[in-house]
Order: sequence, then C-alpha cells, then structure tokens
Amino acid sequence: MTARIERPLSPHMQVYRWTLTMALSIVHRATGIALYAGTLLLAWWLIAAASGPTAYGHVQAFTGSIIGRLIVFGYTWALMHHMLSGIRHFVWDLGYGFKANEREALTWGALIGGIVLTVLVWIIAYAIGGGR
Amino acid sequence: MSFDESHGSPKRSSMRTPLGRVRNLGAAHSGTSDFWRQRITGVAMTLLMIPVIVIVMMLLGRNQAGAAQILGSLPIAVILLLFIFASAWHMKIGMQVVIEDYIHNEKLKLISIMLNNFFSIAVALASTYAILKLSSGV
Repeated sequence: MTARIERPLSPHMQVYRWTLTMALSIVHRATGIALYAGTLLLAWWLIAAASGPTAYGHVQAFTGSIIGRLIVFGYTWALMHHMLSGIRHFVWDLGYGFKANEREALTWGALIGGIVLTVLVWIIAYAIGGGR
Repeated sequence: MSFDESHGSPKRSSMRTPLGRVRNLGAAHSGTSDFWRQRITGVAMTLLMIPVIVIVMMLLGRNQAGAAQILGSLPIAVILLLFIFASAWHMKIGMQVVIEDYIHNEKLKLISIMLNNFFSIAVALASTYAILKLSSGV
C-alpha cells in the first residue's frame, strides 16, 4: 500500500455556519440509513406473509403496538422525505435550481412536503381501517 | 504528456477537450456507473411509490390469508419485485458512499463494503423468494 500523502485539509465542520441545505443534506443521508435498516421490516413482513398465519400474526402484533406504529410512522416519514429530497437532487442533476432562493425553496419544499405526505398517508390508512 | 505540460503550450495543443482526454480512463472504465445506477433506481422507485403505497393500503387490516391472496396476484407481485430490486441496488450504492466517506481504516472499509453487499443481496433475495412463494401459492 502506498504511503499517504499529506494534503491540505478543508476546515472542519464546526467553522461553518449551519445552513438549511447543509442540515438537510445530512438528513438525506440519515433517512437513507434509516430506510436501509427498515428494509428488514419489509423483508420480515413479506416472509411472514409467505410463511403462514402464525408468523404474520407476529408482524401484525408488532406493527399494531405503540412502538411498532412509531417505527412505521418514522419509516413512512423517512421514505417520503428521502424521496422528495431525492427529487430535489434530480433537479440539481439536471442543472436547475442553483440560485440561493431556489436552493432554499427546493429544500423547504422537501422538508414540508415530506411531513405533509406522511400525515396524508397515515390519515388515509386510518380512514380505510388500518387503525384497527 | 503530463497534465502540467498541457497548459499554455501551443506546440502540444490538441483538438481533444480535457473531458475527452479523461473519459473512459476511470477505474475499470466505469467510474460513473454507480452514480448513474443510483439515479436510475431512484427514478424507478419514485415512479413506483404510488402503486406501492396503494398495495400496502390494500393489505391493512387483513389477515394472512387475505394478504397472501393480494400479494400473490401477478401485477402486484411484479410491482413489488421491481421496487425491491431497485431498493436493494439503490441502498447498496448509497451505503457504500457513506462507508467510503466515513470509514478511513482500509481493512475495516473493505469489510464494511463486503457486509453491505451481503446485507443488500440477502434482503433482496429473501423478499423476492417470499413474493415468488406467494405467487406460486405453495
């Protein structure tokens, strides 16, 4: 392995004033990591459905519990937020939305939109009887 | 010709642009493939999001027999398989970026990248197996 070359380092995180886009960039990663772990829940649910009533009952007991509901609610938000935040990245990838006000608007849009979509999905879920 | 020599030397000027010179010279000639696949899978999941939410809504409040019947239908199985395939690929690439950014110990980094591959493939295969089992009605 070659020796590491000493290169100048960028200033550390603490010297920067926190900005919305910077905070949401970290949230994008954090939600991505949460969704990564959350796929275990998705896999468990599908395997249980394929296994039989007992296994499926365990999943339903978990998702019906307070802690289970909190986790699934958090998962819904992480998914909605990561999706909208990702769409924001697509806009940037295409070369649009780089002006200061545009960056801020896109980022606020992802933040507020993610919360609105999450609440909306849960209202619909309860309305059609998922709350039983 | 080194990079520095190419600057301000009219004798060595070339019609090739700097991008043209470096294109296809990345690792294994595929330096941007993960970047591109991250976008493809991201767009795919965005398009699949509404159908997937509808499927989950359809299953709410049902018992295993009802859930198995819905999950075993062809269009639903195909939508879920596409979503699982895109998710697993997307999250494998995303987690690798995070690992490469934050884990600086070379051995630990390689082990983490390997475990990331194992986890992503295991989740994808387990979910795929479950859906195929439901579809075949065994």
